[in-house]
Amino acid sequence: MLTIKDLSVKFPTRFGDFTAIEDVDMTIKPGEIHGLVGESGAGKSTVGAAVIGLLQSPGYVANGTLTLGDTDLRNLSPAEAHKVRGGRISMIFQDPQTSLNPLMTIERQLIETIQTHSTVSESEARNRAVDLLEEIGIKNATERIKAYPHQFSGGMRQRVVIALAISTDPELVIADEPTTALDVAVQSQVLDLIQRLAKERQIAFMLITHDIGVIAQVADRVTVMRKGRVMETGVTAQVLGKPQHHYTQQLMDSVPPLDRKIDRFRVPEADNTIASNGAMAENWLLEGSQHARTGLSLTGLSVKFAGPRTSIFRKPPPYVALDDVTLNIKPGSIMGLVGESGSGKSTLAKAITGLVTPSSGTMELGDDVLPYGKSRSRQHPSRQLTQMVFQDPYSSLNSRHRIGDILTEPLWFYGFVKDEQEREKLAASMLSLVGMQPDAISKYPHQFSGGQRQRIAVARALLARPRFLICDEPTSALDVSIQAEILNLLKDLQAKFGLTILFISHNLAVVRQMADDTAVLRSGKIEEVGETNALYTAPQADYTKSLLDLTPVMPTTWQT
Amino acid sequence: MVYFILKRMVQSVFVMLAVAFLAFSLFRFVGDPITQMTGVETSVKDQERLREELGLNDPFIYQFTRFTGDLLKGDFGFSYRTRQPVAKMIASRIPATLELGVVALIISLLVGIPAGVYTALKPRGVLTQTILMTTLVGVSIPTFVIGIMLIFIFGVQLGWLPTFGRGGTVQIGGWESSLFSVDGWRALLLPAITLGVYQLTLTMRLVRAEMTEVMRSDYIRFAMARGVPTASLHYRHALANTMVPVITIIGLQFGGVIAFSIVTESVFQWPGMGLLFLESIRFVDIPVMGVYLVVIAFFFVLVNLVVDLLYVAIDPRLRIKDVS
Repeated sequence: MLTIKDLSVKFPTRFGDFTAIEDVDMTIKPGEIHGLVGESGAGKSTVGAAVIGLLQSPGYVANGTLTLGDTDLRNLSPAEAHKVRGGRISMIFQDPQTSLNPLMTIERQLIETIQTHSTVSESEARNRAVDLLEEIGIKNATERIKAYPHQFSGGMRQRVVIALAISTDPELVIADEPTTALDVAVQSQVLDLIQRLAKERQIAFMLITHDIGVIAQVADRVTVMRKGRVMETGVTAQVLGKPQHHYTQQLMDSVPPLDRKIDRFRVPEADNTIASNGAMAENWLLEGSQHARTGLSLTGLSVKFAGPRTSIFRKPPPYVALDDVTLNIKPGSIMGLVGESGSGKSTLAKAITGLVTPSSGTMELGDDVLPYGKSRSRQHPSRQLTQMVFQDPYSSLNSRHRIGDILTEPLWFYGFVKDEQEREKLAASMLSLVGMQPDAISKYPHQFSGGQRQRIAVARALLARPRFLICDEPTSALDVSIQAEILNLLKDLQAKFGLTILFISHNLAVVRQMADDTAVLRSGKIEEVGETNALYTAPQADYTKSLLDLTPVMPTTWQT
Repeated sequence: MVYFILKRMVQSVFVMLAVAFLAFSLFRFVGDPITQMTGVETSVKDQERLREELGLNDPFIYQFTRFTGDLLKGDFGFSYRTRQPVAKMIASRIPATLELGVVALIISLLVGIPAGVYTALKPRGVLTQTILMTTLVGVSIPTFVIGIMLIFIFGVQLGWLPTFGRGGTVQIGGWESSLFSVDGWRALLLPAITLGVYQLTLTMRLVRAEMTEVMRSDYIRFAMARGVPTASLHYRHALANTMVPVITIIGLQFGGVIAFSIVTESVFQWPGMGLLFLESIRFVDIPVMGVYLVVIAFFFVLVNLVVDLLYVAIDPRLRIKDVS
């Protein structure tokens, strides 16, 4: 049983100590899955790192007690602490792609770990490893154990990671976002596995995640953290269903529900006085949108990439990223596009924007047929009419440019506004329109948070006077409360300016809140298209059904 | 895999052809070999006859085709200076240069890799700072200055080691080696250190940078969280992953060591290919220079091929296809 009392962790900096977590209390019983939720920067991972004794240098435990059973984890010599790691406490990391040594077979990694913590012969260790892999759900383990990590798919790799973590029978496993990098189907398998292990082996799990749905599904108890402090703790149904703390309530309000559509998220609205400064940008945009709303229709669109070459004489079979996709996005509507990673969602966006050359099919934006990839000239009107908002706001803004330069670029580039001062004024007004202070114009991207940057990215897209906006996972890099704000913003803008939006996401709940119609993509093929509500309430394709079933949600009985 | 090797080999042929062309066309502008070969007393008529005999009046393309054709047949021509076959001259010099280069490489690896690992694992140690400072000095001093300094200290002041030549060599088949006698090793030490210093610094800094990066990676943190013993963590998990990118650079550098041993060889009067090249330049000995460049290019191509194969041997991701 793990007991944490008054834990504080500090990071010394030049300007004095920075307190990462303060006065954290928590107990995890054997066999219990204890969820730890909070937004980025809340200190969730720091708690886990402090327990296992792997705090990033120069962080240190400033105060508090950490005990596992009878062992005081703070009073161990480095050698003893190293023995506890793996032996009694283990850890699972977020990304299975990077958490296994790529140059060693999983057999060697497993045997090494087992032999480190118990004196057994190599063949005994191998037998134990094979049994473990079978138990964890890897078929044909005697053969598969000889493989290298890259020979497993993402979900299988996370199973191997879990096998490694529990290979020494630890009492406690710290799982740091163990399913965040996985698709829903794989996620549900991994979560089942964690539940089974907790039950059968009485392992205590500390499940660190930002996904409330995951917590609701598997955690027995939950602790909500914010800015390094515990906000609320208790039985999961209690905390998530009847949140006592103001912050937990806010957090729950920001979570998009899968089973119904809500008009707006109940999040604190942007300051009204700021928004009123946006009148200039609003008029400018409306002026530009006089002409008809622009829809997009794709007919028989296919994209093929060259496959890996294996022979000199035979041409390699092509990899089909998109297979005969036909999709009609009505003018002024939002089309949601969902699918697992690798299903071709982003390839579709790239084909529309001309970044990838399709092998066949037609694309029509409004009444114009779009030329393929590179044959689309840079002056082609669709380059201005179609704009994109990307997933990662940290890399989609040039960090060496002022916000003003980033925002005014489309204005001079497309020749909308000739006068430089006029451009700056319009850009400042646009910032107000997306809910930011106009003085942001003279700052640089690194001075803003992820959510603010995404607002800037939206502003940049709007300043090109687009009629068709592609949002490629615009909120998946953001915290849930920020996500709610950005989704509200996009909804408002879409309604005001009659934009047509292709909204790409792997998160079905988010798409339900946003889209009028939804298309489900799988391995480059459209499985199902339909009006969003109908598709969610009565899915036709089996694939859609399984996606909906597997998405972790809060049980409806909890909801207040 | 087979396709990959074949592709590299075809590419290599083109590289070799390009080098031969460059080498040959360059040397048409370095001076007139006839004036170097003959004295003032040779009549203009004799000079013309010699020019005709050597084929120097033929069109450029014709000369080049003859040059590459002869190379392919294994006929490397005759030196203008010594009238000996070039093949024999180069062959007699290759062992000296190769031994020098290989020993320099081994020294640089034996010192560079451990030093790189140490400085990566103990980034704040006093020894680390000392090593980094020293190597910074080492890398900023030109090779010939290092050579002269070593000669001054160990050869002149202390009188421990010889300052020029190969010392005692042992003939094994056609290979004249200095690796089998104490005398040979004594003579080899200073030039090998001189030649290896730059490579050593580079290897060390590269290993340090890569290792620091690898130590921050998820799989190392996961291995730490599993309590994998420190020694295995550092040398089995981390070092192997560090070496993947480092090998490419070391390989490229080794080609460079062979090619640019010219300076070291001339400082130590080391009778290798570099020294031969310098002598040939002085006498506008076009056949020797051309063949020298082609041989060096061949080494480069060979080393690169070996590096590619090593890559495949180390990294299973290149060796084995994804199953699922």
